[in-house]
Amino acid sequence: MKDVVLSAEESAAIADWSEASRQRAEKVLSQYPEKRSAVMPLLYLSMIENGYVTNEGMRQVGVLTGLSSAQVQAVASFYTMYKREPVGDYLLGVCTSISCFLLGADDVLAAVEDETGVPDGETGGDGVFSVEHVECNGACGGAPVVLVNWEMIESVTPEKARELVRWLRHGRPEVVNTEEMQQLFGGARSFDWGIKEAEGAVLPVPAFGPYGSSAGDVPSPNSPGELEGTQTFPRGSRGRP
Amino acid sequence: MKILTERMEAHRGDSHTIERYEATGGYTALRKGLLDIGAEGVTAEVKASNIRGRGGANFPAGVKWGFLAPAKPAYLVVNADESEPGTYKDRQLMERDPHQLVEGVVLTSFALSVNHAFIYIRGEYPKPARRVQRAVDEAYAKGYLGTDILGSGFDLDITVHLGGGAYICGEESALLNSLEGRRGEPRIKPPFPAVEGLYSKPTIVNNVETLSNVPWIVNNGGAAYARIGPDTSAGTRMISLSGHVNKPGNYEIVMGMPWRDIIYDFGGGIPEGRELKAWIPGGSSAPWFVPEEHLDTPATIDDTGEHGSMMGSGAVIVMDDSTDVVAAAHRIVRFYAHESCGQCTPCREGTSWLERILYRIMTGRGRRADLDLLLDVSDNISPGLAWPPLMTTICPLGPSATAPVVSLMQFFRDEVEAKIGGEDG
Ligand SMILES: Cc1cc2nc3c(=O)[nH]c(=O)nc-3n(C[C@H](O)[C@H](O)[C@H](O)COP(=O)(O)O)c2cc1C
Ligand code: SF4
Ligand code: FES
Repeated sequence: MKDVVLSAEESAAIADWSEASRQRAEKVLSQYPEKRSAVMPLLYLSMIENGYVTNEGMRQVGVLTGLSSAQVQAVASFYTMYKREPVGDYLLGVCTSISCFLLGADDVLAAVEDETGVPDGETGGDGVFSVEHVECNGACGGAPVVLVNWEMIESVTPEKARELVRWLRHGRPEVVNTEEMQQLFGGARSFDWGIKEAEGAVLPVPAFGPYGSSAGDVPSPNSPGELEGTQTFPRGSRGRP
Repeated sequence: MKILTERMEAHRGDSHTIERYEATGGYTALRKGLLDIGAEGVTAEVKASNIRGRGGANFPAGVKWGFLAPAKPAYLVVNADESEPGTYKDRQLMERDPHQLVEGVVLTSFALSVNHAFIYIRGEYPKPARRVQRAVDEAYAKGYLGTDILGSGFDLDITVHLGGGAYICGEESALLNSLEGRRGEPRIKPPFPAVEGLYSKPTIVNNVETLSNVPWIVNNGGAAYARIGPDTSAGTRMISLSGHVNKPGNYEIVMGMPWRDIIYDFGGGIPEGRELKAWIPGGSSAPWFVPEEHLDTPATIDDTGEHGSMMGSGAVIVMDDSTDVVAAAHRIVRFYAHESCGQCTPCREGTSWLERILYRIMTGRGRRADLDLLLDVSDNISPGLAWPPLMTTICPLGPSATAPVVSLMQFFRDEVEAKIGGEDG
């Protein structure tokens, strides 16, 4: 793959981005034969920088990919994971597609809405939670499924979903890690998975290293039981990128 | 007989690592392909294997490869968008044996003279994406990717790309638009991707499971693969069981056993002593099967098709006798209404009409005329309600939405009528 170095004009357009995001943008652009293809990864980078897809973010992505803001907006508005409004620290997704529905997902969604006080499709006033029902997330053997910032927990009961919400509200983990949440709030999984993966999400953006939205080296998970009021991951140890 | 899941079952803790992969025969097919039998050899083995695509359409992979136009550059795109409700096999293959996929991608790219492959993973799959990216990084470090792979003179780069949350991007031409940085809207075909695909260049799109079989096929020969299972359903395939079964999970099966065995042996039967009411044999787009008629039907591509449904993506969704089938059909139709890209009027308008009619029946506000209306709207999306469906639309998503409606009316008309009750409500 060819090395890409941003031009002066491109660099100037994203002058307010962190150096890490600037470098990631170059890396992402180097991965495609045509720079227009980088629009989706760059939209994720812009969400990392701004918290959501802002008008300015779309203009910036447009400069990097040679598109007009309108063209970027046409893309951003097509996909559900590009949020055009501020999102809470924790984006709670409850799968309500057929397999999860058959196993009681609507009750799980109702429990999440009730415990957070945030209705489906909205963000709470304090900016801690956003709640949305999502379509099948490929974990139908471990239904019903709940996602926190796209990190998955399988076989969640309404009661466990309430516990999860309280745990997030009180602990405010900086990084959410599937293994830990699964252990604390989940049940049977779609398939056995012996590996404890340390990486997790730091933002309501899919935690994928090349896009800069995942964090590794998470301290080992808390033991179950230490729920209320515990702070799982040291806050501030890893500043939001 | 296990091909895809043998390593992950034997080495639960570390089947995803390159060390385990190499220690259990990994990347030997690559040597054989690149240094021994060559591109023609790899292609010949895949053709001989008779493997049919595992993404849903069941198209023979070797035949598709044969359609690749000669223009250069050509591309290989791996469809890892896995979003068909009920399906979660590709996730397991990516999380637990990502090198098997990477080796399949390198071999396939080599066979097709492709120097840049893309793995398009749905955005909601960060963990599989992390695993696959790590495997790609490890493969570069070991010289299985990059320039002059194994001294063969063959070069290949792989880009791992995350989607943005849109089921329609699983349809291959929508996926290519998405990968080009556009809205994920299906393209009118022809031209097919093999002639004009990514950046209008010849492109092969294959599913994760399809390509994960390639290392085995190269190592053991296409003929050995073709001998597994019935003639027109060669090899093993992943079945994702979900819904009301005691043992949900992914099972790698040899096709040909009756559906009864899949639900009662692999799935362990229906929980809490309940009875089986219906199941969906191949993902939510597939028409339903019912125990009175289909338990003894062999689970092969052809037999399932002849009985009016499909093996599709391999997702088997089981419903017990407590299921409100109107609510289940509504839930599936709601999905298609939500995921319609909106280009074609019958799909855009029809799916939301179906959703609304089912909703009012489900909530006790249905009218007698709604029964005919359901079929009428379905007929407008998929003329004649034929199987396999005829299309008025650019892609099969619209017709898919009619499958649960037609099944509901075919097998459970009395339940729908009971919800409507008396005269016009
Ligand atoms: C609406 C729709 C959604 C689809 N979703 C997927 C998908 O998520 N994964 C997949 O591999 N194929 C999916 N397909 C099938 C692809 O269009 C294509 O046939 C497949 O990727 C080809 O790979 P294969 O020949 O190896 O199966 C979908 C098709 C349609 C019409
Ligand atoms: S059938 Fe539906 S999803 Fe497919 S192209 Fe037409 S509108 Fe889009
Ligand atoms: S239906 Fe919920 S994960 Fe598939």
